[in-house]
Amino acid sequence: MPNMQSGRCTSFFILPGGVDPPHPCFRSSLQLHDSTSTMLSGILVFNQKGENLIFRAFRSDCRPRLADIFRIQVISNPQVRSPILTLGSTTFSHVKHENIYLVAVTKSNANAALVFEFLYRLIMLGKSYFGKFDEEAVKNNFVLIYELLDEILDFGYPQNTDPDTLKMYITTEGVKSAITNNPTDSSRITQQATGAQSWRRADIKYRKNEAFVDVIEDVNLLMSATGTVLRADVNGQIVMRAYLSGTPECKFGLNDRLLLDPGESSSGGRGNDSGLGTSRATRAAAGSVTLEDCQFHQCVKLGRFDADRIISFVPPDGEFELMRYRATENVNLPFKVHPIVREIGTTKVEYSVAIKANYSSKLFATNVVIRIPTPLNTAKTTERTSQGRAKYEPEQNNIVWKIARFSGQSEFVLNAEATLTSMTHQKAWSRPPLSLSFSLLMFTSSGLLVRYLKVFEKGNYSSVKWVRYMTRAGSYEIRF
Amino acid sequence: MAMNKIRGAFAVPRKGETFELRAGLVKESIQKTIMAMTLGKDVSALFPDVLKNIATGDLEQKKLVYLYLMNYAKSHPDLCILAVNTFVQDSEDPNPLIRALAIRTMGCIRVEKMVDYMEEPLRKTLRDESPYVRKTAAICVAKLFDLNPVMALENGFLETLQEMIGDPNPMVVANSVTALSEIHHSAPETKALQINTNSLRKMLMALNECTEWGRVTILSTLAEYKTTDVKESEHICERVAPQFQHVNSGVVLAAVKAVFLHMKNVNPELSKTYLKKMAPPLVTLVSSAPEVQYVALRNIDLLLQKQPDILQKELRVFFCKYNDPPYVKFQKLEIMVRIANDRNVDQLLAELKEYALEVDMDFVRRAVKAIGQVAIKIESASERCVNTLLDLINTKVNYVVQEAIVVIKDIFRKYPGYEGIIPTLCQCIDELDEPNARAALIWIVGEYAEKISNAGDILGGFVDGFNEEFSSTQLQILTSVVKLFLKRPEKAQGLVQRVLQAATAENDNPDVRDRAYIYWRLLSNTSDSEATKNIVLSDKPPIVTTIHSLPPALLDQLLTELSTLSSVYHKPPEQFVGHGRFGADAVQRAAIEEQLQNARENPLAAAAAAAADGTAPPAQAQNNVENLLDIDFDGGAPASAQNEPASGMSGLEGLAGTPVRVASPAVGAPSQANNNLDDLLGVFGDSGPAQPSAGAPSGSADLMNGFSGLDLSANGGGQNKKSNDDIMSLF
Repeated sequence: MPNMQSGRCTSFFILPGGVDPPHPCFRSSLQLHDSTSTMLSGILVFNQKGENLIFRAFRSDCRPRLADIFRIQVISNPQVRSPILTLGSTTFSHVKHENIYLVAVTKSNANAALVFEFLYRLIMLGKSYFGKFDEEAVKNNFVLIYELLDEILDFGYPQNTDPDTLKMYITTEGVKSAITNNPTDSSRITQQATGAQSWRRADIKYRKNEAFVDVIEDVNLLMSATGTVLRADVNGQIVMRAYLSGTPECKFGLNDRLLLDPGESSSGGRGNDSGLGTSRATRAAAGSVTLEDCQFHQCVKLGRFDADRIISFVPPDGEFELMRYRATENVNLPFKVHPIVREIGTTKVEYSVAIKANYSSKLFATNVVIRIPTPLNTAKTTERTSQGRAKYEPEQNNIVWKIARFSGQSEFVLNAEATLTSMTHQKAWSRPPLSLSFSLLMFTSSGLLVRYLKVFEKGNYSSVKWVRYMTRAGSYEIRF
Repeated sequence: MAMNKIRGAFAVPRKGETFELRAGLVKESIQKTIMAMTLGKDVSALFPDVLKNIATGDLEQKKLVYLYLMNYAKSHPDLCILAVNTFVQDSEDPNPLIRALAIRTMGCIRVEKMVDYMEEPLRKTLRDESPYVRKTAAICVAKLFDLNPVMALENGFLETLQEMIGDPNPMVVANSVTALSEIHHSAPETKALQINTNSLRKMLMALNECTEWGRVTILSTLAEYKTTDVKESEHICERVAPQFQHVNSGVVLAAVKAVFLHMKNVNPELSKTYLKKMAPPLVTLVSSAPEVQYVALRNIDLLLQKQPDILQKELRVFFCKYNDPPYVKFQKLEIMVRIANDRNVDQLLAELKEYALEVDMDFVRRAVKAIGQVAIKIESASERCVNTLLDLINTKVNYVVQEAIVVIKDIFRKYPGYEGIIPTLCQCIDELDEPNARAALIWIVGEYAEKISNAGDILGGFVDGFNEEFSSTQLQILTSVVKLFLKRPEKAQGLVQRVLQAATAENDNPDVRDRAYIYWRLLSNTSDSEATKNIVLSDKPPIVTTIHSLPPALLDQLLTELSTLSSVYHKPPEQFVGHGRFGADAVQRAAIEEQLQNARENPLAAAAAAAADGTAPPAQAQNNVENLLDIDFDGGAPASAQNEPASGMSGLEGLAGTPVRVASPAVGAPSQANNNLDDLLGVFGDSGPAQPSAGAPSGSADLMNGFSGLDLSANGGGQNKKSNDDIMSLF
């Protein structure tokens, strides 16, 4: 075989017919071993038509032909029911976002969780760079995307993917590239890109030191047709916007029961601006919540949290998600919905949906949208509401009832009727659940409160902190 | 020299408007070239034109040229050498970003000659003052090793990497571990990654500081590490457990894996606390993005098989949302059944009933099946389950009824006492059009023949259409008629003769014919009529569970693979990835690489080349085929893969769809997935007796699924087969 001499392997490597090789490395294949390595062979981006927008191979085993295979096997195949597809020894893991497919190609027994997390991180990066990460953005910025991919993956191993750091040296307009061409700035940037605090520059200065804390809760509800709560829980996130000079050490306290109860001697008492007493009884009386689980931003010292439940961190500059949490006990549901749906013969469905706000009359929710499913063969609908507007959206098979402003303790009703066309083949209606979306300020479904945020810095400056609470609908479904 | 010439040609003023315009023009053209490259057009002819722009002060332009180089270097190995000078120069640039870029790109240009020039820059950058350059150089060692292991070894780069685990910068530590781990896994003889107390300490320190991706690497390495004593295990668990709180699911699963594996060594009290600690983070993963959720759910499934009680109180979390993708819903169903107990069973049943009324047929079937699994799992709830199933049968929705009947048949095998519902079942007889469901009902009629007054009429109806039935149903008709005859001879005398006649004379399926002959022979045994009864009507062992579980050895293996594809497929990695990258198969691959490339437009030639290589040992042949699979996906290629059953299977499953679908105990899916696979399997003899013993349980389970009709009478059938020999000798 003459062509054995060429190729990318050294001559040492290419021995005819697999004769026992002299070097120890060679024998490795005789043992069955496989890496649990995390490497990706390539990243591909497609549009919905299956056109390959980005093809970046990180390993030589990611061949151009793979793009065709993915297109045929996944994009043009309506039967695909899994995000992971292995063909031969090639695995395609894909995520769909907006109108593009993002695909990771792996050849080994890759770490599947990491692969998907990485794809989602890529989406996040895209959004952070281009506002929206869709086909248009990819087409308009493909050079930058290649540049990003080159930076965040090396030989298929993810590197620093922090958007703020990356934005320091990979920029959309050529403007800032002057900085990267300057060696001293570059050393500083690279220092940060790899440092222990890869998320923060050292020389940040603000005239006014401020920190904004947003507690945002997504409340999930699944209610049965008989009105029992099957499942109610809260996925919360705490987003912080920190405009603080220097290297501030922050400590953050919540009315989390685990935070309050076990550590009697913890920092709770000292410098506590919420005015709570230190005895356990008063704490309990003040109302505390049980957080099922918390997850923290890279900057939080997990060891400290694990040992004494103290959330301590040096924040990145600007906006970041400090933590996520989950709560399942004593969830306050902001809305109670009572749907009555009657199917009259095969020609008509009657709806009467009452919705009541279950929060203080001082508060009000905005953008309340109730989606009421209608059968697939609905011909027309009539709606009457005591508040807001209702409209039939045939493409979604929904009656959409919108109430722009919903004050606490009030109650509104919708009466509607859907007329059905007769069908030759009468199929039962599956009655998908009714769903709600809304946002409600100054209310947390879990009852979570921020007790304190303390900032310690060498400069010893004073800082102003702001807290805001908001509850939104996550998956808020009511069966009927 | 050449570089200088090129530069000379471009010796234009280095500032001013013209210069900027020119620079802009150049950059734009390169961008367009790269655009064309992405679209799959061959722009390799522009290689020299692009290359001459490499020596530029503009970092962005440099990156573009490098990108182009990486793509086409292989097609122009000689021209690549022209770039070497710039690379070497850049690797000494005062700007660390440029130094890193140079060394990163050099490693990606997989041209043999380039390797010789890499040695020096790599040695320097490994000791660079900038951690950013060092971390890039660390990965570059893995690249070099992949290209030319001898050179990496001879230059002592591996030792340098090992020292770099002690680097003060966490990211350098993480990348060094990454590179060493890759080298170690692809060539264990190098013993590249040997962990000792010192490096363990360093890694644990870096764990809290490096990027999330670095944490995954370190955690995976820790998971593989074999501790020397209990103390060390305790220490690792203690330091790793805080990572459960990380926001990245990859880190969480890697931490769970590390703790789960080291937990075995610590005292039971302590390991219990860790189990308790890992439950909430696992549950949290269920509210992440659907794809991540799917991975998490498959892993939770594994963990539950080992530790069934870790998520006992969390049933509600697994309730399906209306908009969950099907793959998430299916997995949630399986987990719910796994954590069902007598406290949460009412909730679960109400929920399953809800699902059974949805429209997605596949999901509905699985929900019904789940009800049956719960009935068999929790005795105290069996009555409620049966009632729920009866409710569902009353909906008259065709596929719900059919699945319910199949499920009830299993329930009868554990609780024979529910015979009161048989009349309700028999009412649906006309609606059953699937062989499985028909077989199930016929089995029930045969089993309770003495109590069903019109059993003869029912079976008579089936015997009339005997030749139109699927063979799985035919087998069942045969058995049931014989049962009826043995229980009530007066009712079935004619029937049994008709069915035996039909099965032996008019049927061409050997299984059906054989079974009919067996029964015939048994029934003609007049000397001991009780013997026939003992065989055909013997008590079947009750079903213990219908929940699919992995064999313990495989489960233990998969637990060491948590979070990987292997844990998603519930299959050992050997079944779906190539073996090692350095060795016989790699040689083979290298050898045919060129051929394949040349033959890309001509699949036939490629196939011929692979066939020629078929003389090589099986392992190699199989790898060729994987290459073929990748390149010419025409289904004809896997033929030679059949030399090795395990991997052959995996390839085929891939062809038919996702292995997951195949692996899960689906009802409808396997039969569809197997349609033409069966043929292939049959041809290559893999479905034969070798298969079950070959340690590919998931694969064979699918086959068994297809024969679930047979499964039923496995006991009776088994005994029958013993006497098979005698009968055979008669002919």
